[in-house]
Amino acid sequence: MVTNEHLSKQFDADLEGLRSHVLQMGGLVESQILGAIEGFATGDRELLDRIISNEPRVNGYEVTIDSDCSHTIVKRQPAASDLRMIMAISKTVTDLERIGDEAEKIARMSRQIHEHNRFNVQRFGEIRHVGNTAVLMLRQALDAFARLDAELAEQVVREDEVIDGEFSAIVRQLVTFMMEDPRTISTALDIVWIAKAIERIGDHAQNMAENVIYIVKGTDVRHTRFEDLEREAKS
Amino acid sequence: MTAIIERVPSAIGTEAQPVLKAEVRGLSFHYGAVRALTNIDMVLHEKQVTALIGPSGCGKSTFLRCFNRMHDLYPGNHYEGEIVFHPDGLNLLGKGVDPIEVRMRISMVFQKPNPFPKSIFENVAYGLRVRGERNRRNVEEKVEQALRGAALWDEVKDRLHQLAFNLSGGQQQRMCIARALATDPEILLFDEPTSALDPIATASIEELIHELKQKVTILIVTHNMQQAARVSDFTAYMYLGELIEFGNTDTLFIKPKMKQTEDYITGRFG
Repeated sequence: MVTNEHLSKQFDADLEGLRSHVLQMGGLVESQILGAIEGFATGDRELLDRIISNEPRVNGYEVTIDSDCSHTIVKRQPAASDLRMIMAISKTVTDLERIGDEAEKIARMSRQIHEHNRFNVQRFGEIRHVGNTAVLMLRQALDAFARLDAELAEQVVREDEVIDGEFSAIVRQLVTFMMEDPRTISTALDIVWIAKAIERIGDHAQNMAENVIYIVKGTDVRHTRFEDLEREAKS
Repeated sequence: MTAIIERVPSAIGTEAQPVLKAEVRGLSFHYGAVRALTNIDMVLHEKQVTALIGPSGCGKSTFLRCFNRMHDLYPGNHYEGEIVFHPDGLNLLGKGVDPIEVRMRISMVFQKPNPFPKSIFENVAYGLRVRGERNRRNVEEKVEQALRGAALWDEVKDRLHQLAFNLSGGQQQRMCIARALATDPEILLFDEPTSALDPIATASIEELIHELKQKVTILIVTHNMQQAARVSDFTAYMYLGELIEFGNTDTLFIKPKMKQTEDYITGRFG
């Protein structure tokens, strides 16, 4: 990875600006998920409302960063690692925006569950646990991006399997409850939606990590076997 | 669309390599006592465009000029190594090889359009006359063919006998390309062919290069990296008389292997 500066200081400033905006957006999205999961657990109405009303800020970041990417491309005609960085940033903000959507979805579902007093406390622990794993993945993906650390990115991809496994376990459990007592079906379905949203957050964090490997190694590792991705990240 | 879908990762890099038109082996070049090129090994793929990029003074024009023995025009210059021309297997730098013959088969277009103080027709016919072509009909046919090949025919067919200086800069450059094409060369050398042209004339020359590669192998020196990325199939990066990296253009501009190449194409060179 090239670390020395461009002849054009302004180009360095443009790229640095893009990178720091992505990290700011990442910070906002991370707090959105944390808030949504907290709201799900506690039913804090004010918190859930704030998460929902914050969502347009996430969208705003996406639009601004994408527009800055276009401007940088047109002004600088970036090549090699600079080009890969800008391409990856443009994709990463799409993933971050979708994570923001999932956080909003969790907040809306939680508000609905609590409004109807149908909250099933038994499921609280599992959701919070898998939610924290997703937040950790996102944080690591952002760290890997900030430090251009391909090995950390590879670890994030590996963690996505954990989330997928936990999601399946939650669904299996809920199915058992629904079979035992059909009155729980409505609440159980809402919880399945929340679990699914968390599982999607893991997928987006995985995409972000794959983008980091692309920036650092120049290889597109999407849709490849994990062993190939691992080898590339460590090359 | 099908082609894109079929380009799964495992298939990349397995495309058949094009045929070689020339092989440069251990080429060094000296301007008198000064060494300008050091031990260059490279190939030219037939009917493909190869671009030479690098900072000023890196030897890319010197390298280009070795192909048609332009350096022979000045005393004291000397070559080491060889440039093997296919399919003949002829070493272009060989002692017994006639440079005039080489220049018939390997034509050159320069940075600034350099029309001779003659008519458009006579400019294009010049190489044919040098070669001893006397048949008027043959000359006329070749001139028309060359002007069509250079995408200039429709613009000049009614004023072939006017002085070439009356053409615009872009037209003059296309006329020079027609002049280079008239002798049916196998390799065309371009030395920064668009650096004196506006963006529209540049686009028309680039379009022309794209069409010309159906018939001829092209080697182009350019200071404009985006131009190299647009027009070439292969790119060579040179620095201080050495070939630093040579490879597929798409790969070189997205994922160069050498840090020096990366620094140059990302503008970190200094």
